[in-house]
Amino acid sequence: MAVELDVFVGNTTIMDEEVYQLWLDGYTVNDAVKVRMEGGVLEEFEASADVLLSDTMDQYRTFQMCERLLHSPAKLANQLLFQIPPHRQAILIERYYAFDDAFVREVLGKKLSKGTKKDLDDISAKTSVTLKSCRRQFDNFKRVFKVVEELKGPLVENIRQHFLLSDKLARDYAAIVFFANNRFETGKRKLQYLTFQDFAFCAGQLINSWTIGAVDNMVEDMDVDLDKEFLQELKELKILITDKDLLDQHKSLVCTALRGKTKAFNEMEARANFKAFAFETFIEPCRSDRWTASDMRLYLTHYTNSAHILDTFKHQVVWDRYMGVIKSCIFKMYHD
Amino acid sequence: MPGKLKAKIVAGRHLPVMDRASDLTDAFVEVKFGNTTFKTDVCPKSLNPQWNSEWFKFEVDDEDLQDEPLQITVLDHDTYSANDAIGKVYIDIDPLLCSEAASVISGWFPIYDTIHGIRGEINVLVKVELFNDLNRFRQSSCGVKFFCTTSIPRCYRAAMVHGFVEELVVNEDPEYQWIDRIRTPRASNEARQRLISLMSGELQRKIGLKVLEMGGNAVVGYLQCFDLEGESGLVVRAIGTACTLDKLSSGSAPNTNTHVHPNTAPASNACNSPSKDGKEPVFGEDLPSFSGPPTPFRALPTSSSSPPPFSPSKPCSRQSSSSDTDLSLTPKTGKNTYVLSSIVSDQAVFYLQEFPFFTLTSFPPGFLVHVGGVVSARSVKLLDRIHNPDEPETRDAWWEEIRQEIKSHAKALGCHAVVGYSESTSICEEVCILSASGTAAILNPRYMREGCLDIGSTDHRLFTVAFHLRQFEEPSPPSCGFCHIPYDELNMPFPAQLTYCYHCRRQKVPDVLFTTIDMPPEAAVTGKGCLIQARLCRLKKKAQGEVNATAISNLLPFMEYELHTQLMNKLKLRSMNALFGLHIQISVGENMLLGLASATGVYLTALPAPGGIQIAGKTPGDLSNEHHILTIQKRINDTITKNKELYQINPPELTEEVVGSPIPEPRQRSRLFRSHSESSDELSELDLSHGKKDAFVLEIDDTDAVEDIHSLLTDAPPPTGFYSCNTEIMPGIYNWTTGVQMFTSVRVFRLSNANLTNQGLNKIFTDLCENLLKSFYFKLRSMIPCCLCHLNFTVAVPEEELIQVAVTAVAMTFDKDQTQEKPADKPVTKGCSETEEQLQFPLELCADSSSITTQTSSKISAASVDYGSFADRCSTWLELLRLKAHTIRRGSVKTISSLERSSPLPEGRSRSLRSNRSFGGSSVPVVKMTPLSFLPGTRIIKYLGIINMFFIRETTSLREEGGVSGFLHSFIAEVFAMVRAHVAALGGNAVVSYSMKECVLMENPNKNQAQCLINVSGDAVICVIETDQESMPSTINVVQTCSSGADGAT
Repeated sequence: MAVELDVFVGNTTIMDEEVYQLWLDGYTVNDAVKVRMEGGVLEEFEASADVLLSDTMDQYRTFQMCERLLHSPAKLANQLLFQIPPHRQAILIERYYAFDDAFVREVLGKKLSKGTKKDLDDISAKTSVTLKSCRRQFDNFKRVFKVVEELKGPLVENIRQHFLLSDKLARDYAAIVFFANNRFETGKRKLQYLTFQDFAFCAGQLINSWTIGAVDNMVEDMDVDLDKEFLQELKELKILITDKDLLDQHKSLVCTALRGKTKAFNEMEARANFKAFAFETFIEPCRSDRWTASDMRLYLTHYTNSAHILDTFKHQVVWDRYMGVIKSCIFKMYHD
Repeated sequence: MPGKLKAKIVAGRHLPVMDRASDLTDAFVEVKFGNTTFKTDVCPKSLNPQWNSEWFKFEVDDEDLQDEPLQITVLDHDTYSANDAIGKVYIDIDPLLCSEAASVISGWFPIYDTIHGIRGEINVLVKVELFNDLNRFRQSSCGVKFFCTTSIPRCYRAAMVHGFVEELVVNEDPEYQWIDRIRTPRASNEARQRLISLMSGELQRKIGLKVLEMGGNAVVGYLQCFDLEGESGLVVRAIGTACTLDKLSSGSAPNTNTHVHPNTAPASNACNSPSKDGKEPVFGEDLPSFSGPPTPFRALPTSSSSPPPFSPSKPCSRQSSSSDTDLSLTPKTGKNTYVLSSIVSDQAVFYLQEFPFFTLTSFPPGFLVHVGGVVSARSVKLLDRIHNPDEPETRDAWWEEIRQEIKSHAKALGCHAVVGYSESTSICEEVCILSASGTAAILNPRYMREGCLDIGSTDHRLFTVAFHLRQFEEPSPPSCGFCHIPYDELNMPFPAQLTYCYHCRRQKVPDVLFTTIDMPPEAAVTGKGCLIQARLCRLKKKAQGEVNATAISNLLPFMEYELHTQLMNKLKLRSMNALFGLHIQISVGENMLLGLASATGVYLTALPAPGGIQIAGKTPGDLSNEHHILTIQKRINDTITKNKELYQINPPELTEEVVGSPIPEPRQRSRLFRSHSESSDELSELDLSHGKKDAFVLEIDDTDAVEDIHSLLTDAPPPTGFYSCNTEIMPGIYNWTTGVQMFTSVRVFRLSNANLTNQGLNKIFTDLCENLLKSFYFKLRSMIPCCLCHLNFTVAVPEEELIQVAVTAVAMTFDKDQTQEKPADKPVTKGCSETEEQLQFPLELCADSSSITTQTSSKISAASVDYGSFADRCSTWLELLRLKAHTIRRGSVKTISSLERSSPLPEGRSRSLRSNRSFGGSSVPVVKMTPLSFLPGTRIIKYLGIINMFFIRETTSLREEGGVSGFLHSFIAEVFAMVRAHVAALGGNAVVSYSMKECVLMENPNKNQAQCLINVSGDAVICVIETDQESMPSTINVVQTCSSGADGAT
């Protein structure tokens, strides 16, 4: 004796946000029922486990049917099969495209290829995000990447329009696409302490200032690829390091400005050996020397400004474009 | 050439990929109507083609326009092989044929394939140009409006109600034609869909003709069903109520009920009761109710309870009753003759309606005068005995027979009409159970066309005149008038216990009232109502042909009886005294019969308080039993108390009296319960002062009885914040808010246990229904406080070990804070001064009651005395039944005669296209759906036409589609989507009176296959949000209109 068939269809599609989240998180129906039971829906509403199972199955079926539409969210708005109020549609999409920071941290900067997809079970084990959920997130990254790859116009805007995501989520996806495209390695041990949000911020900065899109906004891939001309110009900034005169001049200016303002002056002075900032070479030592965030801010501000005072230093514009990003990235990344 | 149909194919979107190589589709469209086909160009390599075709024009007869659907087929062009079909859209153009409905069909339609489901959408534009046709022999009935709504549609006024219309068409089922062996499932399904669409069109056209002939312009309460008889054919049949409707101007009140009639002026002064209390009413069970039925059927009228003395606050004015009767008699007799003569003078257009039936379930105020009780009839037929399966005659004769039964039951109840009438069938192999039921009633004849009530054969004896005078000359307050007995107290059709109305104290009311209609909005109720269900399973041996039919016929009366007993007990357990919307479904399977009775229980203030339920042991001396009985009794009493609280039933001055009141008629009681003492259990009245225990004997040591009592107590009340009912709205809730969620749920249960008992089955079935309800409550918990309205359960036994229950209902939110108060009880006070108006009522003759009733009542009481005679009667029915199954060659009366009038179509069909229509627009318009006739908080401003759709879906990859559940889930969602799309294309934003009339699921998991047929219907409407606060118009406005407008009535 068993229920052979059990369906419930509403004219307005009924969706429980809690069940949706469980489904997104890759729970099986039975696990989801357990979670819901522990959550206390039953006591709250005098229902039996059977009722909960039936409800969960119904919802899972609905979500599965919706999944096809969620792959191209614009369709969700003009499909006829499910009548879903617009604000619900927005929630469905936003949640579907939401991802776990732990997962994205693992994938960030990697090529979104089949090879990576094969490693998903390892990532799943490591991050304790279910494989099903990993797959969905990975496929989402890939889908967004593929669609945006060939589009003109600003990256964030494209993502937002094509996938009907919130501004925040669209920016995050832009970062993911940016990292995936440029293959910036983020998996190094020293970088482990950085969260996805740190990287997303940096990516945002880079996209805003260092890509082709920052100068010309009608080119393909404009926000994905770094501005090559700019990278060329950056080489010219090396003069600050290679030219002994400039280096000393700059160093003394910074030191003068900083003197008396901070306890950590001594160390700062030592660090006034300027190189092109890189994560390892700058942030890492500073962290070990326990600079406070305000020390760092102070130091970088003076460092930037001092360069303007150097009369022999001719690359003020490039310097600003460079240091603006570097400054804000370092501020962001400089934490425990 | 009376019509030109024009269609334009605009664009497609979301088409499926048909060419794997390019991941694209080369789509084109075929547009077909009748035998003419047009094609669009191929739109190469696109999933979102823009055809923007020319206007395809079809010049056709309006007869074809009514019958045929416009068929749009989307195909993928293939240079080398045959073009692949993507899917189809059938568009019923009937709404365009009526001047008041839609003027253009335009919008996105889902492209539907019976194998793959919805595959993309297509944007289509359809218009019709009709020319006036003066051909008096025409066969079309364009312009007749159809409504599924079972009340007068909200923006119309009923000028005249003409009465019952019915029609039935038969065809060979394509699935059973020889060609089906060689064609693809898709072709077979499409042939079937098209055929049913054609047959529905034809049926509607024929009914329309009948309506025109009767002088009407609309069919209200249109109920169309199809019977898949299998080998013997496919039947599409429909019933409805012909009316003449006047459209209300947009400025006037939006209500159904604006029709004003003095009878509604709720003067309480005139409800006199003729003093005829001489005879003691005889009480008994209604079981094999009426005289010598050839088929198992019965009426379910009323029964037991003790009427406590009553002293409520009296309505404002009262006159001494006995003298008033005499006074009013004299002047009115004069009127009577006057009206009679006017009828005679009107005979030129006299059309005698054979059946005084009305499919309506709610009425304008004053329309419904008295309600007698439920009348029903069932008949078992063998489909393989139809002599000429392709002709409708046999089926017509079957239904004719059943309707005659119903008519005679109504007569026996002293009623001249049957309201809330419906018909249904249940088919298993070659056995078919035909059922009909309704509520016997007396209607106010002033709304009727002459002859439409059953008054033809009235004998003009003095008594009858007096009787009728009582009925019509003394209008009762609307809040209780309908409860007053229509039959003559001296010649009661069945034994019932009568008391004076607890509301007006002037006329007699029964102790319990069962009806199939909605509760009149003006009725006075105490507390809230609730859904009451009786569920029953009966095993039967597998058999063939006649033996099988006999077995089923044998079981039917027992089932009806038990269902009725269950209903009665559950009603008492909830301390209520009336049932509305009673619907009893008996479904037949190979090895069992399922019975499900649903109704909404209410405590009508006018009726006496119900007694409780008393449990007693058979051997009163046994001490061990005694204790057990006491426990059960206590549980029952506790439940009753709890229910009273739950449903807020506390008529203050009644409660005490109920408890202490002696039973005035112990003799009657004993009859009720004795009548089935053999069959197992007895549940009897609560009466704390019962001295005559023999009247209440209940075999508590019988395990069956114990189980029955347990099952009585297991019905869980809905959780806090929820109410449920199967009527339109919940009695006792008046302030609906706008939250609406319509849903359909289907559950199929497989019985794996081979040796099941009736008890076991009952438990499974009961649990299945209860669990469904629990699931609904859980799913809809976010809508609390809310009420599940119009809960419509349909049961079926699709295969030997399967039980299928399908439910369609709507959850509606309401404002919790104001639920206590009823908007207005004004009528009672306002109507006092309207005495004079009532004198103008036309007198009407009604039922030729007396002779029949006497005869039947005696038979009934005899029949219900004991089990032995009951069984005898059953077997007699069988004899007759067998005879009937063989004979039946009666030609049915077909009324497709020529029409005497010219086309009713108005000129000026050229209506402008709605400008707010955007074709390529991306957002989908919201379409609300509800099984009710209205949407709370909105006003219906236009009816756009009837939606009547039939779909078949089949799959050969059941597992891949998520099993049967996945398959059915997506199919139901697709059906909703197609209904919404059609409504939106008509320019509507809602479907009212929506119902899923058929859901036939066949599965074969081993072959990975399943097939499902769904038939849905409803009325497409445009509704606007009500700006003012009158969100619950039908109660407030109605009352005001009828009292203030009384003197304006003609």
